[in-house]
Amino acid sequence: MTARTLFEKVWDAHVVAPESTDTPAVLYVDLHLVHEVTSPQAFSELRQRGLTLRRPDRTLATLDHSTPTLPTGADGVRPYTNAAAKAQVEQLEANCTEFGVTLHGWDSDQRGIVHVIGPELGATQPGMTIVCGDSHTSTHGAFGALAFGIGTTEVGHVLATQCLLQRKPKTLAIHVDGKLPAGVGAKDLILHIIGSIGVDGGTGYVLEYRGPTIEALSMEERMTICNMSIEAGARAGMIAPDETTFAWLKGRPLAPQGADWDVAVAKWRALRSDEGASYDREVHFDASKIGPTVTYGTHPGMASALSASLPEPTNAQERRARDYMHYEPGQSMEGMAVDVVFIGSCTNSRLPDLREAASVLRGRRVADGVRMLVVPGSEAVRRDAEREGLHQVFLDAGAEWRVPGCSMCIAMNGDLAQPGQLVVSTSNRNFEGRQGKGARTVLASPATAAASAVAGVIADPRVYLTEVAA
Amino acid sequence: MNPITRLQSRTAVLTDENIDTDRIIPARFLTTTVREGLGKLCFNDWRYQSDGSDNPAFPLNQPQSQGCSILVAGRNFGCGSSREHAPWALLDYGIKAVLCSEIADIFRNNALKNGLLAIVIAEEQHRWLLDNPGVELTIDVQAQTIALPDGSNVAFTLEAFARHCLLNGVDQLGFLLQHTDAIGDFEKQEKAA
Ligand code: SF4
Repeated sequence: MTARTLFEKVWDAHVVAPESTDTPAVLYVDLHLVHEVTSPQAFSELRQRGLTLRRPDRTLATLDHSTPTLPTGADGVRPYTNAAAKAQVEQLEANCTEFGVTLHGWDSDQRGIVHVIGPELGATQPGMTIVCGDSHTSTHGAFGALAFGIGTTEVGHVLATQCLLQRKPKTLAIHVDGKLPAGVGAKDLILHIIGSIGVDGGTGYVLEYRGPTIEALSMEERMTICNMSIEAGARAGMIAPDETTFAWLKGRPLAPQGADWDVAVAKWRALRSDEGASYDREVHFDASKIGPTVTYGTHPGMASALSASLPEPTNAQERRARDYMHYEPGQSMEGMAVDVVFIGSCTNSRLPDLREAASVLRGRRVADGVRMLVVPGSEAVRRDAEREGLHQVFLDAGAEWRVPGCSMCIAMNGDLAQPGQLVVSTSNRNFEGRQGKGARTVLASPATAAASAVAGVIADPRVYLTEVAA
Repeated sequence: MNPITRLQSRTAVLTDENIDTDRIIPARFLTTTVREGLGKLCFNDWRYQSDGSDNPAFPLNQPQSQGCSILVAGRNFGCGSSREHAPWALLDYGIKAVLCSEIADIFRNNALKNGLLAIVIAEEQHRWLLDNPGVELTIDVQAQTIALPDGSNVAFTLEAFARHCLLNGVDQLGFLLQHTDAIGDFEKQEKAA
């Protein structure tokens, strides 16, 4: 048998009908994640056609995008931003009841951002195909799953048939060598990679992140990396499952248990790309040369080392980005005044992310005039963080500690910045208006975001981290 | 979906590269539970001024863009989110085709599934169309050509199945449902393994 990549192994195992020149492959989906924003029209379609949900047992729903992150008021009313948001959530609740889907809704102690809870529950497993009407489904690739975002029409396809029509994508290997310097993390690495290959550098490819640096990352860091694959245009990013993966998954509620666990692990071990497997394209990075990295423009490819001088715009879009972001070519992002700091999103809202932010904030205060929101990715993260007292660190520093949800990552639920405000955000998109009309977003790691909150200007976290170490 | 074989229109141009789905339809409008009526929100934050009036600087607000159903946009149009609200909004706004040297994956899939012709053309021709707004084009889906006013033709390639579906108004879910037996067999086999 010819040597195959991780992606090829997962793809091959899910082909129900192979592709031909005339038709795409029919690809089987192991896990379909559902949330309130991209599913209502798909459920309506099913209803109109008189179709049923093929595999309720492979479908898992949660509420995250339109949900308030403030707790229910004393009057028992949930503070939805508007009637439409409330109606959308209620629509998902009704759809899940009607079609028999397990919903981690308001009453679940596992509710959270869809890409945080899938792994937490152990629903996300190596070798699976996972889809969701959400482009950051790529997150689940951290476990060696083939996971990608789909549109609402395709959500309907999966609900009805558990399958998708897909053309086989190409493969791009991203090799990373070298040790990440202290205070520099997975977020800096992925921003650096996207800044280098560009926002369309991965279009048409499934990325496989590999090499010693990737192998040394924790699962949470791997999720941060895979999460942002879509920001390079790739629908999916994958990392070979290994002992770190298995240890992380073991014992989670939906992971295989007992003897099944050993069988599963043996299968998962065989998933890694074979020696000599070939990719359509390969690129190499040296992690030891990367420093804290942030975005300066209006897409994630406009990323730069914190202290590097920013390039002169060379085209209309870059000029527009400079005018929108008010950055000065020739200067660096370090020292730019900050209005809001957001720690959260499926990129960086897990326990280690919160620990990282807390390690900078402990014993310090958020600068006057800066608003800081910390939004855990899930109820489980919230519980764990509170058990460790992280919430107290944030509250003592003057930050807001919220209820889990997407919050300011997408600003659909009323958590947003005002026109012109500068937000240092641990989320994944710095598009114009993403965090509120006219809001200016700078993407950063949790450490950089926290350091910027303390300094009141975009700041290098290493200063604060060394002080802690000393 | 109704079959689409041919589209004739003048072009409107948005030269910006990487026009993302948040610019096509801002997230705060995604609380809708239907597909209809999103045209008025298309390019919302670019198209309107803060008082709600039309922004004269938005290219599609200019008189020469009115009635154009072919959009020529800068490279990597539709990047960002998987929201199908983006093609729904464009179609409802009156855009029936997007021509670009590179179109983001998920957006392109979503667009074609809704009958929005998301067509990738060669860089040189893309450049020319960006530089010459308002030209009358005829897109022939069957022949996979775009006829220019001077009589010359630009060739393009659509993925074969997407093209077949456009030309014949094929219902893709219906097509998938024809595989029900094979899907059942796959599930049985998987269970046995
Ligand atoms: S946190 Fe942001 S990127 Fe992640 S699922 Fe929510 S809205 Fe999408």
